Amino acid sequence: MNETFLYAVISLVALGATSAVILFFVAQKFKVIEDPRIDIVNDALPGANCGGCGFAGCRNFAESIIKAGSLEGFSCPAGGNATMTSVAELLGMVAAETEPQIAVIRCNGSMINSPAKVQLDGADSCAFAHYLFAGEGGCSHGCLGLADCVRSCIFDAIYMDSESGLPIVKDNCIACGACVKACPRAIIELRDKGKKDRRIFVSCVNQEKGAPAKKNCSVACIGCGKCVKVCPFEAITMNNNLAYIDYSKCKLCRKCVPECPTDAIHELNFPPRKIVTTEEAATASV
Amino acid sequence: MKTFALGGVHPEEAKVSAAKAVEILPLPQKVIVPLGQNLGAPSKALVKKGDEVKVGQLIATAEAFISSNIHSPVSGKVEKVDDYLDSTGYRRPAIFIDVIGDDWDSTIDTSKEIVSEISLSSTEIIQKMKDMGIVGLGGATFPSHVKLMLPDGKKAEYLIINGVECEPYLTSDHRLMLERGEEMMIGVRILMKGLQVQKALIGIEANKPDAIQALTSLVAHFPGIEVHALKVQYPQGGEKQLIKALLNREVPSGKLPIEVGCVVNNVGTAFAVYEAIQKNKPLVERIVTVTGSNIQNPGNYLVRIGTPVRELLEKAGWNPETAGKIINGGPMMGKAVSSTDVPVVKGTSGILVFDQEESKRPNVQACIRCAKCVSVCPMGLEPYLIARASEIGMYEIAENEHAMDCMECGSCQYTCPSARPLLDHLRLGKNKVAHIIRTRKN
Amino acid sequence: MNRLTVSGSPHVHDVMSVKSVMWGVVISLIPAMMVSFWYFGLGAIFVTAVAIVSCLVFEYLIQKFLLKETPTITDGSAMITGILLAFNVPSSLPWWQIMIGSAVAIGIGKMSFGGLGKNPFNPALVGRVFLLISFPVDMTSWPTAIENRFVFFDAATGPTSLGVLKENLMAGETVPDIISKLPSYQEMFIGQMNGSLGEVSAFALLLGGIYMLYRKIITWHIPFSFVASAVIFSGILWMVNPAMYIDPMFHILAGGMLLGAIYMATDMVTSPMTPAGMLVFGVGCGLLTILIRVFGAYPEGVSFAILIMNAFVPLINRGFKPKRFGGK
Repeated sequence: MNETFLYAVISLVALGATSAVILFFVAQKFKVIEDPRIDIVNDALPGANCGGCGFAGCRNFAESIIKAGSLEGFSCPAGGNATMTSVAELLGMVAAETEPQIAVIRCNGSMINSPAKVQLDGADSCAFAHYLFAGEGGCSHGCLGLADCVRSCIFDAIYMDSESGLPIVKDNCIACGACVKACPRAIIELRDKGKKDRRIFVSCVNQEKGAPAKKNCSVACIGCGKCVKVCPFEAITMNNNLAYIDYSKCKLCRKCVPECPTDAIHELNFPPRKIVTTEEAATASV
Repeated sequence: MKTFALGGVHPEEAKVSAAKAVEILPLPQKVIVPLGQNLGAPSKALVKKGDEVKVGQLIATAEAFISSNIHSPVSGKVEKVDDYLDSTGYRRPAIFIDVIGDDWDSTIDTSKEIVSEISLSSTEIIQKMKDMGIVGLGGATFPSHVKLMLPDGKKAEYLIINGVECEPYLTSDHRLMLERGEEMMIGVRILMKGLQVQKALIGIEANKPDAIQALTSLVAHFPGIEVHALKVQYPQGGEKQLIKALLNREVPSGKLPIEVGCVVNNVGTAFAVYEAIQKNKPLVERIVTVTGSNIQNPGNYLVRIGTPVRELLEKAGWNPETAGKIINGGPMMGKAVSSTDVPVVKGTSGILVFDQEESKRPNVQACIRCAKCVSVCPMGLEPYLIARASEIGMYEIAENEHAMDCMECGSCQYTCPSARPLLDHLRLGKNKVAHIIRTRKN
Repeated sequence: MNRLTVSGSPHVHDVMSVKSVMWGVVISLIPAMMVSFWYFGLGAIFVTAVAIVSCLVFEYLIQKFLLKETPTITDGSAMITGILLAFNVPSSLPWWQIMIGSAVAIGIGKMSFGGLGKNPFNPALVGRVFLLISFPVDMTSWPTAIENRFVFFDAATGPTSLGVLKENLMAGETVPDIISKLPSYQEMFIGQMNGSLGEVSAFALLLGGIYMLYRKIITWHIPFSFVASAVIFSGILWMVNPAMYIDPMFHILAGGMLLGAIYMATDMVTSPMTPAGMLVFGVGCGLLTILIRVFGAYPEGVSFAILIMNAFVPLINRGFKPKRFGGK
C-alpha cells in the first residue's frame, strides 16, 4: 500500500515540476513589456468598461492615454472630472475640465399623447420594430417603447415607465452614450447637465411637417418657429420642421417653453412657475 | 415527382379561391401610385398637380439602372405629388390621381384578339419591356428588363418560368395560367427570344392539376417549352429552389441564377410581357387574390395599380370588426399592413385578411434546441444560431454563419415549436450584416 | 375598427408546440411504463409517482421562489425528467432517495443552467448518476421481476444480466459458461429480467420509439448510430474472442442500451443540431457504452457514455455544420 502512495506522490511531483519548467520558459518567450504607467492609470479608472470614453474598455483607454502622451481629448464620463484629475496627477499632466452630461429622451409620444393605432407582435427589439414599421402610434420618428436603451445601459440608469411607455433617465446616468447608440431612431441625446441640473430641450425628433406630425402625436414639434423668434440668445435653430435648442448657448431663461403651442419644449428641475397675469406680462415685455 | 433537396415545410394550402374566375374590380375614385414600386431606386415623377393623364401614359421614369417606368393606371387629373403612408407607416413619395372616366392611351391595343406573331428583335424586346415598366410580379418586383440584360461573358441556357405559387392561400398565378394560358405562353416565347435561349421550363406544383393540364395541352404549339409538375413543398417558388427542383443545379452562395445558366421569371411577368410587347399595354393592372378567414367571398380580381386596398376588401366582403391582420402577399412572406388606405402596387399578389384569433403569434418559449429550424432551412443554415447572434448584437458571428444567404422564407419560424421570432431576428441581423459589409467596402 | 396587428412574416404557424412535443414523449413512454408496472408492481408505481411529483414540485418551487419567473411545469418537460429518472432506478429505491435524485436532476441538472433548453446534460441522467455514486448499494439492488409485485420492502433482489456477466467474467469464467445463467433473448426482449424500471422491455421501448419517429419528435440518426456503433464495436470484439466477449445481441437487449438510445440520447436539448452531428454523437455514445461495459469497472455504461457525449455537443455543433445550399 505504501508503495502505491509513494508512486502517486512521486509522479505528481514530477508532473508538477515539468509543467513549471515548461511554463517558465513559455512565459519568458511570450513576455510582453508594458509601460508600468498603464497599470497605474488603469487602477485609477472606475473599471466599469462602459465604453463611454470611446475606447474598448478602461484598459484600452489607459493605453491610449499613455500612447498619446497627453490628456487632450480624453475624458471619462463614468468617473467624471474627479477621475481625470487624479489621472492627471498620477501622470503629471493637465486634464481639461469637461461639463458633466446626461442622457435626455427627446420624445414625449406616450400612450396618451400618441395613442396606438396598430399593435406590434414580434421580437422585443426596437431595432427590428424600426425596420418593420413606423410604430404603434404611427409616428415614424418617435419612441418605439421596446427598451433597447434599457437593455444597453450597464449602470441601471434608465427604465421604462409603464404608464407612458417611454424610457426615463435616472440621476445616476453618467452619459456613457450606450443608449444613444442603441436607439435606432436617435431619440436620445447627451446634453450638459446644466446648472442645478436644470435643462430645457425640445422633446421631439419628428421632422415631418406640422399637420402629419400633429396627426400622430399631440405633443409633436410642428416646426412653427415661435420658439426661434422668442429666444434672446439665438440658441434655437429650425431644421426640417424641427426645433433644436443648443445647450451650449441656452441660458435657461425659459421664454420658449410657454411659447410652444404643442408643449414640445420641456424644462426639467426648475422651480414651479409664477402664474403670470396678462398685465404683468405686458409690463415685463416693455 | 421533382422537388428541391434541402429543407422545406408544407403549410396548410388553404387555396380557397382557386376555383374563382378573375373578376374585374370597378375603378376606384382615386388612386395612389407610389414612385417606389420596384426593387432598386424609386422612379422620378414626370407629372405635376393639375395635369390630365390617360390610362397608360408615362407618369414617372426610371433614372437609375435598376429602376422602372411607371404609367398611369387610370385616366383623370393629378391631385398632387406628395408623400403617402406606405404599408409600414413610413412616408414615401407617390402620385395621387383623381379618376375621371376610363380613357386609354390611343397606342394601346385593348382588343381581346391574341397576337402570336413576335416581330421585335431581342434588343427591341428588352427596350420595350423597360419602356412599359415591366417588373417581376412574383413579389420581388425586380425590373424584368435588367434580368434579360446578361452580364458580359454569361450565357443563358434555360428560361425558368415560375408557376409554383408555393405560398398558401394565393391563387392569382393559378387563375392566370388557367384563363390566359395562351397569352402567357406567347409571353414565354417573347422572353425566350429576348434572352436568346432555346429552352424554357415551366414549374407548377402538383396541387394545380388543371393548370398543369391546360399548359401541357398548349405545349405542342410552342416549341422549346416544357411543363413540369413539382411536389408541393414550400419554398419551391424561391428561384434557387426552383432551379434545383427542375434542373438539379445549385446556384452558388451569393450568386445569381445566371451563374448556372438560368433566368427565372414569374408566370405573371410572362403575361405582362405579352401584353407589353404584343398589345403595347404597360403594366397598369394585375391579378390580386383576396382571401383569408375574415373574407366572406374570397376571389381573384383584376385590379388597377394604385387602387386602395380598402376597395378590394369591401368588394370581397370583409368584416372590419373582427379583422386582426391584413397581409400584403402570402402568409409566409407577406407584409402586415398597418392601414387599409395603402394602394395595390405592382408587387401585390394577394391581400390576406385574418380574424383576430389567427392574427396573434403563439406564445414565445425558450429554445429547446430541437433542431427543427436547421432541418427545414432550404438554404442549409442554422437559424437558431444566427437569430441568437443577432439578438445579442454579435453580427460578426451572424455574418460568419452566412446570414446573407437567408432568403427570409420563414420556414424556421413557421416550424419552431417554441414559436420564437427567429425570422425577426434574422432579418435584423441580415440588415446589420449588409450594413457592415457596405461600410467595409467603402 | 379594432387595432390591426403588425408583425413580420411568417403569419402562420405549424401546430407543433413545446407542449405537444413534450406530451408526445410522455405518451410514447406509456408502453414501457405499463411493462414496468406489470413486472415490478407496486414498487414501480410508487417510484414513478414519487419521481414525477417531486420533479414537478421542485421545478415549480425553483421557478417561483428562486428564479422568480412564471412556473412552466405544464409544458411537460419536468414530467419527462421525472418519468425518465424513475425509469433509470430500481423499483425498490427508498422514497427519499428518489426525491434527492429529482432535486439534483431538476435543480442542478436543469435549473442551475437557466431552465428548459439551456442545460448541457440530460437532467434525468444527472440525477441518476448522482444517486448511483451516492447510494451505490440501493441503486444496484434489483428486485426480481414479477415475484415482488406486491412487495414494498425487503424485496428479493438479484443482479442484472450485465452484472452477472461482469461478475462471472471477473471470477474467471468464460462467456459460454455464463450464458446459461443469463435470461434468454426472448425474455430479455419482452422485459423479463432484473433491471431499472424502464429499461427492461426492448419491445415496449421500440414501440415508443416508433411512435416518436412517426410524430417527428425524434429523427432516426441518434438511435440508429448509437445501436449500430455498439453492435459493430461489440461484434468485432466478439469475433476476435467469443470466449471473453459476449455477442452484440446481448449488448442491445441488456441494460439501458435501448432506453438510452431512444430516450436519453435523443433529448433535444442535449443532442447535436445537425444530422451529421447526431450521427457522430450516436457513434460516440455507442463506442463509450461498450468500452465501459467491457473494460470498465461498472457493468453498465449507457448513462456515463451519454453524459460524456453531452459534454461534446457544443464541439460537435461547431464541427458538423449542415450542408449549405450553394456552399463550397
